[in-house]
Amino acid sequence: MIKLSNIDKWYGAFHTLKDCSVNVSRGEVLVICGPSGSGKSTLIKCVNGLEPFQGGEITVDGVSVGAAGTNLPRLRARIGMVFQNFELYPHMSVLENICLAQLKVLKRPRDEAEARAFALLERVGLKDHARKLPSQLSGGQQQRVAIARALAMDPIAMLFDEPTSALDPEMINEVLEVMVQLAQEGMTMMVVTHEMGFARKVADRVVFMDQGEVVEDAATDQFFSAPKSDRAKSFLSRILQHV
Amino acid sequence: MKDLELIVDSMPFLLQGLGLSLLLAALAAAGGIMMAVVLALLRLSSNRFLSGAAAVYVNFFRSMPLILVIFWFFFLVPMVIGRPVGSFYSALIAFTLFEAAHYTEIIRAGILSVSRGQGWAAAATGLTYGQSLRHVILPQAFRNMTPLLLTQGIILFQDTSLVFVVSLSDFLTTVTIVARNEGRLVSMYVFAALVYFALCFAASRVVGGLQKKAIR
Repeated sequence: MIKLSNIDKWYGAFHTLKDCSVNVSRGEVLVICGPSGSGKSTLIKCVNGLEPFQGGEITVDGVSVGAAGTNLPRLRARIGMVFQNFELYPHMSVLENICLAQLKVLKRPRDEAEARAFALLERVGLKDHARKLPSQLSGGQQQRVAIARALAMDPIAMLFDEPTSALDPEMINEVLEVMVQLAQEGMTMMVVTHEMGFARKVADRVVFMDQGEVVEDAATDQFFSAPKSDRAKSFLSRILQHV
Repeated sequence: MKDLELIVDSMPFLLQGLGLSLLLAALAAAGGIMMAVVLALLRLSSNRFLSGAAAVYVNFFRSMPLILVIFWFFFLVPMVIGRPVGSFYSALIAFTLFEAAHYTEIIRAGILSVSRGQGWAAAATGLTYGQSLRHVILPQAFRNMTPLLLTQGIILFQDTSLVFVVSLSDFLTTVTIVARNEGRLVSMYVFAALVYFALCFAASRVVGGLQKKAIR
């Protein structure tokens, strides 16, 4: 469903992504990990065209992201995305946050959009917070609202860019639980994360990136039990030694 | 006591002048801000020609003394339109174009103060650039920059005293006329200063309050 072929990207003279190829099939959960600065966040932002890339091709459900004729807003409306810093709109209530794109992009009637918003808030356990402003919620609650906002568009796939990295430790699980549930329902997901427990539990495959390259792309069990590359081994030994 | 009587007696005339000052400032601020939103977006455009053109406009007007611009448009506008438009409209056009340049920099900074991730989040849900500006970026930008816009508005109000050069009767001009006619220069100018102070001080207190609210 999501196909990245030989992606190259430069920031000026800096080669951020080097010939990256990754596939995600329908219903598959792919975790991307790697040290900071390895290009994972940049790569995932290329998938819905938030970051432009200079070489290679990305298709989502057969639509080319980089092609000149592509209606990017229409394509993005079909791909949900969750960000490290939540990025809820601070001047709008939780309900308005979830309704905005439904009203403006999908042109849903307001009552339908609100009904959908309430159903999703119930699902992420925040039904009573609909009228609050994002600043009145904890980080974990805000991120769950952000997931609800993305799901309200009935996306065909979800992108998560380090969804728990900005959270206090005690709030990480409430967000991961929502994500696990999504994965188990068969959502196609691409997740940039350091949460190796999450990866083990729900990922079908793990991609390891370092210095702008896809170093390893393996089935989850294989990645954790027998990583092929030395770089993946040393990364795993560093982040797993205290687990 | 005589001075107070004089002020009371000339009040209708003085209020006319004050009304003109306030009207000119309000219209020029509204028009200038609308124009400045467009200019700021051009300035931030990735198209070099558009951002360059907007930069030239902004830098040009920011380098000109306002009084010169007022003078200029008094002579220029009738030439362009082909008929006289009157001092008020030529002054209004001059103020609007001049203030737009100053507001542009404030609004540009306001837009840049909204985090990049907000634009990403809006785009990621399928909102177009225009929709994300309208519903996500500009509301936050305006909230951040309201104090600066008001401060610029206060300066604009004070600057309306320059329209005497195209023989418009703003507040200061009406004060001057009364003072000269009645030979009461000192008391009338003290009165003018008090009025300017009261209005501008009240407005800047409002700005201060807003800033405190913004910090919270």
